[in-house]
Amino acid sequence: MKTLFDKIWDAHVVSLVENGPTQLYIDRHFCHEVTSPQAFNGLRARGLKVFRPELTTMTADHNTPTINQDKPVQDPISRNQLDTFAKNASEFNMPLFYPLGHAKNGVVHIIGPENGFTQPGMTIVCGDSHTSTHGAFGTIAFGIGTSEVEMVLATQCILQSCPKTMRITFNGKLGAGVSAKDLALYMISKLTTGGATGYFVEYAGEAIRSMSMEERMTVCNLSIEMGARGGLIAPDQTTFDYVKGREFAPKGEEWDNKLAYWQTLKTDEDAKFDKELVFESADIQPMVTYGTNPGMGMGIKESIPTLESVDETGRISYQKSLDYMGFEAGEKLEGKAIDYVFLGSCTNGRIEDFRVFANFVKGKKKAENVTAWLVPGSWMVEKQIREEGLYDILTEAGFALRQPGCSACLAMNDDKVPAGKYAVSTSNRNFEGRQGPGARTILAGPLVAAAAAVTGRITDPRS
Amino acid sequence: MEKFLTLTSTVVPLPIENVDTDQIIPARFLKATDKNGFGDNLFADWRYNKDGSPKADFVLNNPTYSGSILVGGKNFGSGSSREHAAWAIDGYGFKVVVSSFFADIFQNNALNNGVLPVVVSAEFLAEIFTSVNADAKTTLTIDLENQTITNNATGKSETFAINAYKKECLLNGLDDIDYLLSKKDLIEAFEKGK
Repeated sequence: MKTLFDKIWDAHVVSLVENGPTQLYIDRHFCHEVTSPQAFNGLRARGLKVFRPELTTMTADHNTPTINQDKPVQDPISRNQLDTFAKNASEFNMPLFYPLGHAKNGVVHIIGPENGFTQPGMTIVCGDSHTSTHGAFGTIAFGIGTSEVEMVLATQCILQSCPKTMRITFNGKLGAGVSAKDLALYMISKLTTGGATGYFVEYAGEAIRSMSMEERMTVCNLSIEMGARGGLIAPDQTTFDYVKGREFAPKGEEWDNKLAYWQTLKTDEDAKFDKELVFESADIQPMVTYGTNPGMGMGIKESIPTLESVDETGRISYQKSLDYMGFEAGEKLEGKAIDYVFLGSCTNGRIEDFRVFANFVKGKKKAENVTAWLVPGSWMVEKQIREEGLYDILTEAGFALRQPGCSACLAMNDDKVPAGKYAVSTSNRNFEGRQGPGARTILAGPLVAAAAAVTGRITDPRS
Repeated sequence: MEKFLTLTSTVVPLPIENVDTDQIIPARFLKATDKNGFGDNLFADWRYNKDGSPKADFVLNNPTYSGSILVGGKNFGSGSSREHAAWAIDGYGFKVVVSSFFADIFQNNALNNGVLPVVVSAEFLAEIFTSVNADAKTTLTIDLENQTITNNATGKSETFAINAYKKECLLNGLDDIDYLLSKKDLIEAFEKGK
């Protein structure tokens, strides 16, 4: 009588620390340039090797430019971090190293699944909170700190307390023009940014089952934004079809054996969760955020909640947030002018997101007052955009395509939204300064972003 | 890691909810390849003007408040998993962060750097803010061995929870890697059984 989470967790327990956490074995470690240098320094200081180099996949993504990647990186501090990443890969004999410009380079949570590194039943970690993305394949995947990166490099294990379990079920189907991103933003607005802290979430129900892998990844990606340790979805035929044939996926007899195991990875009917929530998919509208955390979201036709509707202890923080955004409680956002549109990130930088965006802007023109940054999640996505003819559609509509990376999602590179400007962004965080000091982020799905890009305003894509 | 036993200190109050790690240390400061110097940029966008001058209305720039205990509103440390947030708090000189609720990853990162996150009830937290508001010299005492936190202005105490293993680590200055390295034989046996 186990949940899917329990089955995967139990299969990875190496030992139990007395009165303490669990020693958990990690099947796949993803590693990027920003949260790993101090971990490699730690290994050096202790005179340690990497225990299982073939179980770590390394890609540069957070601190990389999205133009001129074939030329030396201009910012000397960023260049030093990228050089350090390469030096560590070489010194520690890491076989899976995808630097800037490599055909497999891209955002870590995009290249993992598309190359077949991510497989059902695995435990997966990375020094990045959006590691929860990989849960879409029925994995226990979660973000860790740099000390924990060092632990995984040194021992392929970490120490973790077992989280509580929560199931969130979405009954029925999503309406036309309502995306996986809208579903996730709706859920976070109901739970708040701390509502799932301490839990690992399983997503279930008709709306989830009918989603593509790309859409499932968007939902699981945002689990952390309600504080969850991670989120996962039981693997099914959609999952197996996606994984099959990818470069690092099992082949031949090994595939058959794995598949037989993966088909057992579902929550038993009478298994108990610590918490259960149910939402009706029909209640979900295209969403936008109005504040400075992802829990501050609303349907695109709704008004910003009044100060009186907020819990008294939270009113100062709420007002601070609206002041930062330049919005007033009670006002509507539909029709408001915006300045920037960002399509990309580990949340919405996959091929389907580009298909949705291109399909909407086809035959239309980018609004003149809008600066649009379209950043594919990886070189594989970029290649597919060209092969499918999306590149021509986008160019025709006045959009340019940039080179892969995390880009304006966290604005570590030059892709910074200027202070005071409004950006409709398909990324995952609208925190103060997230897209550049003073930048004002409105989170939305790729369809709302496309509508904003052609009208220059917050626009309901269904109208 | 330094050992942690007991601490009595004045506090720096930050009564804001959902303080995310992007505020604690903005992404543009994550380009370093070592752990040093992050304290200078702790809360950088709240603390400094664009020209680098201090913002007078931010608590870290207010000489009235000082000490090695930071007291934050609920859901402290949400968002990005960046351990740089813990390095910045430690680097600035805080040894304890008190809140009514912490984000998971931040809590682990803090503990892995010898910074103690202390979870108190919402009422106890509100009382700390009231006490510090009334008198900036208010001190708190944190006793890790007995798992108690005391507001010395009111004399009231609360016990706080901490995993017994983590407590031992902090009291003895040990870290998880030391532990895991001692279990290499178990790891290899586990791999053989897969």
